Formats: sequence, structure tokens, C-alpha cells
Amino acid sequence: MNADEPFIRFDWIIDNLGQIGQRLGEHVLMVVASVLIGFVISFGLALLARSHRWTYGPIIAVTSTLYAIPSLALFVLLIPITGLSLTTGIVALVLYTLLILVRNIVVALDGVPPEVVEAATGMGYGPLQRFWRVELPVATPVIVAGLRIATVTTVGLVAITTFIGLGGLGYLIINSGTRRFFPTSIYVGVALCVVLAVVADLLLLWLQRRLTPWAAAQGR
Amino acid sequence: MELFGQGIAWLADPANWTDPRNGIFLRLWEHVSLSAAALAAAIAIGLPIGVWIGHTGRGATAVIAIANIGRAVPSIGWLGIVFPLTLVAFGRGGLGFVPSVIALTALGIPPIVTNAYAGMREVDADLVEAGRGMGMREMDVVRQVEIPVALPVILAGIRVSAVQIVATATLAAIVGGGTLGDFIIQGIFVRALDRVVGAAILVAILAILTELAFSLLERRAISPGIRRGGQAAPIEPGGVALPRVAG
Repeated sequence: MNADEPFIRFDWIIDNLGQIGQRLGEHVLMVVASVLIGFVISFGLALLARSHRWTYGPIIAVTSTLYAIPSLALFVLLIPITGLSLTTGIVALVLYTLLILVRNIVVALDGVPPEVVEAATGMGYGPLQRFWRVELPVATPVIVAGLRIATVTTVGLVAITTFIGLGGLGYLIINSGTRRFFPTSIYVGVALCVVLAVVADLLLLWLQRRLTPWAAAQGR
Repeated sequence: MELFGQGIAWLADPANWTDPRNGIFLRLWEHVSLSAAALAAAIAIGLPIGVWIGHTGRGATAVIAIANIGRAVPSIGWLGIVFPLTLVAFGRGGLGFVPSVIALTALGIPPIVTNAYAGMREVDADLVEAGRGMGMREMDVVRQVEIPVALPVILAGIRVSAVQIVATATLAAIVGGGTLGDFIIQGIFVRALDRVVGAAILVAILAILTELAFSLLERRAISPGIRRGGQAAPIEPGGVALPRVAG
């Protein structure tokens, strides 16, 4: 980096809007794909943990251990299995969402007051209908709280996938930024990551308010 | 799958450990010393802030908001933010240890602050009143009542911070900080995948050991009188810090 290289070169940003937009698009796609797949798997695991209580401990133990593995190491350790591919990136990102999502879904469903469940049963709901129409809606705020954290975490992690040839905004931070001593690219990448995390968080918060209008009325 | 075998073979070769310029022992030492320095700095900065705003309730909204935005910055982002600044400030000295330790400290502070704050706020107000009623001075209330009761939550914040720092130290290699990440990042560059996989195994073990060591410390440090059981709390945004995967 030259001493006179400015921290932000606006002309570079304007000339490279196309590339920046493309990286942002990749980033968003990887986040959405990973969180969606992670949510579906976590939902299944949470239902399993609730119907067979003994599985909850092992599920949490395994997902917490996965969670402690640094992402760069996990990406690399998946290479022997899935190669240098998008699959490797998505698999690792999905694994990281499991701990938060499974835990919050189980805690959320456990937290549904028994009198609510009884009232629903008393009104003639069968188990399946009661789950979809009563328990799940009541549990939604806590489930969405988990989704928010998983999403913000994933936004940061996608950047690391640049080391295995993917990367989204991570490409701007590492490949065209740090490695070439080019601060503008670094700061554009970091700023967009933060904006993306905040926007995703607010969108999910909005979604939760839409799904559970009664929760707002109770002053949650 | 044979890549795992190659990684383990790389780890099993003693020559790879003792090389004085690029050996595993050297990189491991860089990794551990960098992480320890950053964790110490993060505790020294974050703990007083968290304890103080938890005790007084003053400035809490602002500090917690900043800590939450801090959490939205990707781990790699901290290195990216700090690196150009240290280069300009220190010239060649702005490579390696200096930007790495600053970035890792910045990354480690938010969980310590938010947990210390949350832990202090949860302390039963009656306990604090009882302390004051016994004639304790404000500092004694903090030290002898609030901190011991809040200790489990405070230590959990430090554990989260430690695991994140150890994980992200892997990435310090891109700014010349060495660490075990150097084998991974350089190795991918030159396609020496045995080193890459071997070092990844070591990094994973180091991070899991850090998690276990701090969990053990938490258990030992908490007096049985205030050990809580009961139902797990949900994880809420802006609430008590959860380990964020980093690096």
C-alpha cells in the first residue's frame, strides 16, 4: 500500500459497482440458502428431541462441538469429502446454524404454557392441528429470535468462504482488499457485511411482528 | 478421504514441528501468545465497562447498541478494518502481531461487555440493598456481592470471547500474524493440502480445548450456593452472548 493511497477511493467504487453488486448477490444467496436448509434440518431435530427426550443431550453436545470449530478449519476439513465446491461452503454454514436453531426451537416449544395446550385440547384440537395452530404460533417469537442470531452469524461466516474459492463479500475483503493492500475494497466489503446483517435482522424482526401481532400488544 | 491420512501423516512427521522458521511449534506459540494477549486486553477493557454500566445502569443503551453492532462485524472484517490503519500508523511494524492483536481484542470485547452487564443486572436488588444495609461501601457491594453472584454469566462471556479469539487468530495469517492459520492459508495458495488439513485438525482441537478449559473453569469458579439449575433460557438477540463462530 502506498502511503498516499486514500482509505476510500470513490472512483473505484463507482467503476466497480457491477462487481460489488455481484458479490453482494452471491453473499445474500449463500446466507438465505444456508439458513433455510439449516432451519428445516433444525426443525426436524427439534421435533425429534421433543418426542424422544434422550436425544436432546447428544444433539446439543454434537452441535456445540461443531460450533466451536473455527470456520476456516471446518471448510478445509470438508474438502476431502465434498471438494472445493459450493457444497462444502453450504454444508459448513448449515452445520453452524444448527446449535442456535435447535436450541431455540426446543426451548420455544417447551415454553408454551400448559394451560394454553389444555385449552386447545379442550376446544377439540387434535395433536397435529394443535401443534400447527396453537403451539407453533405461541412459540414463534423465540424461534424467530434464534433465526435472527443464526442469520447474523451466517452473514459473517460467508465471508470466510472466500478462502475456498467462494466468498461473496469476503472476496472484496480478502482477495481484492487485504492481499493487494487496497483499503477501499476492504472497507466496502466490511461495510456491506454489517449493513446486510443489520437489514436481515430488522427484516426478521418485522416478520416476527407480522406473524405474531398479539405479542406486540402484550408489550414484548 | 485420503486427504485426512495425508494431513495426519504431515502432523506425524517430527521435522514439520521443529522447523525454526515455519514449524508447528513456532506457529502454535504464535497462535497461543497472540490469543492470550488479545484475551487479556479484551478482559482489561471490557470487564470494567460491563461491570460499571451493569452496576450504575448509566450509558447502558449506548454501550449495548455499540456492542451489538460490533457483533455484526464479521471476524475477518476486524482484521480488514485494522490492517490499513496500523500500516499507515506504524509502517512495516503495522504487519503481523500489531494489527492482529488489535483486531482480536476488538472482536473479544463485545461478549465480555454484554455478559458482564447482563450478569450484573440480574443480581437480586434485595441482595444489593442488604449489602448496603450492612454498611458496605459501593465498591464493596460491587466486589463482594454483585460480581460473585454475576460470576457465572461473566465467565460465560469470557469463554465466548476466548473461543472467538482463538478461532479468529487463524485468520491473522493474512496480515502476517503467522499462527496455525498460516499453514492453511499459504497451503491453499500453493495447493499443499496435506498441511492444510493437518493444520485444520490442530486448529479445531485447539478451539475445542479452549471451550472445554473455560467451561471447566466456570464450573470450578462458581460457588455451589449460587449454582443454578433449571430450564435453559432461549437465546435472544442483544441478550447474553452466545459463542459466535469466528475465523
